[in-house]
Amino acid sequence: MKNIILFSSLIMFLQGCSSIEPWVKPYERAHLADPIMEFGRDPISENYIHHVYDSRESARGAGIATGGGCGCN
Amino acid sequence: MSLSSIHAAVLPEDRADILYHSYDGGGAEISGPSYLVRKKFSESVSASVNHYVDSVSSASIDVITRASPYTEERTENSLSVDYLHEKTLISVGITESIENDFDATTFSFGISQDMFGDLTTIGMSFALGDNIIGETGNDTFSEEATVRSYRFSLSQVMTKDLIMAFTLETITDEGFLNNPYRAIRYIDPLDPLNYIYDDEVYPNTRTSHAAAIRGKYYLPFRAALHGGFRVFSDDWGIEAQTYEIGYTWPYSEALTLEFNFRFYDQTKADFYSDLFPFPDAQNFLARDKEMSTFTSNTLGLGAHYKFIKNGSGFIKRGSVNFSWDYIQFDYEDFRDLTVAGVPPGQEPLYEQDANVIRAFVSIWF
Repeated sequence: MKNIILFSSLIMFLQGCSSIEPWVKPYERAHLADPIMEFGRDPISENYIHHVYDSRESARGAGIATGGGCGCN
Repeated sequence: MSLSSIHAAVLPEDRADILYHSYDGGGAEISGPSYLVRKKFSESVSASVNHYVDSVSSASIDVITRASPYTEERTENSLSVDYLHEKTLISVGITESIENDFDATTFSFGISQDMFGDLTTIGMSFALGDNIIGETGNDTFSEEATVRSYRFSLSQVMTKDLIMAFTLETITDEGFLNNPYRAIRYIDPLDPLNYIYDDEVYPNTRTSHAAAIRGKYYLPFRAALHGGFRVFSDDWGIEAQTYEIGYTWPYSEALTLEFNFRFYDQTKADFYSDLFPFPDAQNFLARDKEMSTFTSNTLGLGAHYKFIKNGSGFIKRGSVNFSWDYIQFDYEDFRDLTVAGVPPGQEPLYEQDANVIRAFVSIWF
């Protein structure tokens, strides 16, 4: 809970900086807006493959969170 | 390794997906459907529901060396609600997973904020999971575990062709962390050419840290290259690295192809051994292959075909999608006990491969 409060405070602080001039103008973002540039374009598919790895490898986190058992006994 | 869109201060589009998934490898076959529906209820509220099923038929090496092949089913249901206020997106969710010997309930909360002319998205999330672990054939066995995860993410538009993302996540576990079906083995004190199985003993707590950096680059022609690196460590002594690279290629207006390669490498837990020298050789004991030293390599291919591009009725867009991943696991200190007639510790090292299929239809409405 302490982390949540700390982070919420950080977000409110950084909101004060939102007037910084963007160095990539809105009209220059056509490539970034292309669907091929999306991370995790299909959540139903991404969640599944991450569950496959989480169930069979010890490393976890910093990807997509998944819950439940592994069905991998 | 993935993350959400760069456009955090926009609610996700309304869509419905039906997916068939299949994992076939190492003697285990796991398949089933998954259904997801996401719908906006106003300009600021969106919700999604997901129903997922694993039908398991297993004769894996862990099963055939200790028990009989089995079948079972796992069902998972989840609900999440997103609330958008100006450039802040707040998400809450609940996931419930049920199988005959394992129940898990997870609550999650997340907040993200766009800033600096929408070039930067910063976010944090917290999840709390309660697990109840049982054991088939042993009605008196019931244990619990609690999982907490704390996650920080930052995505940054670097140039008009490059976006980067950085993620940190700490996960803590407390409670019964063993797999009740797994066992260790030690050399028979009365016969060194034989070994004896015994229960595993795990610590009751675990804390892990993971950090990942990823990037996606739009090439001079219409195609995208992406890469990622994740580093992981925990207080059980496991260290791991994950490397990913991929290429997204719009072959035609309707067909997009994807190619991916992933490499994973981990060290063993401090208390892991394939063969202990005598009973109760140390305070914690494990022989799970997931705790051993191993690498995995994945080669993935995907195809996405848009069958509706500019729909005018209820359906705006639609696509059919197919992905195939081939995974090879190579274990460096986990031995294949199905090979008989050799002294303990001289069995060949175990290896397995798997084919993973995802086939799904998506519609946007």
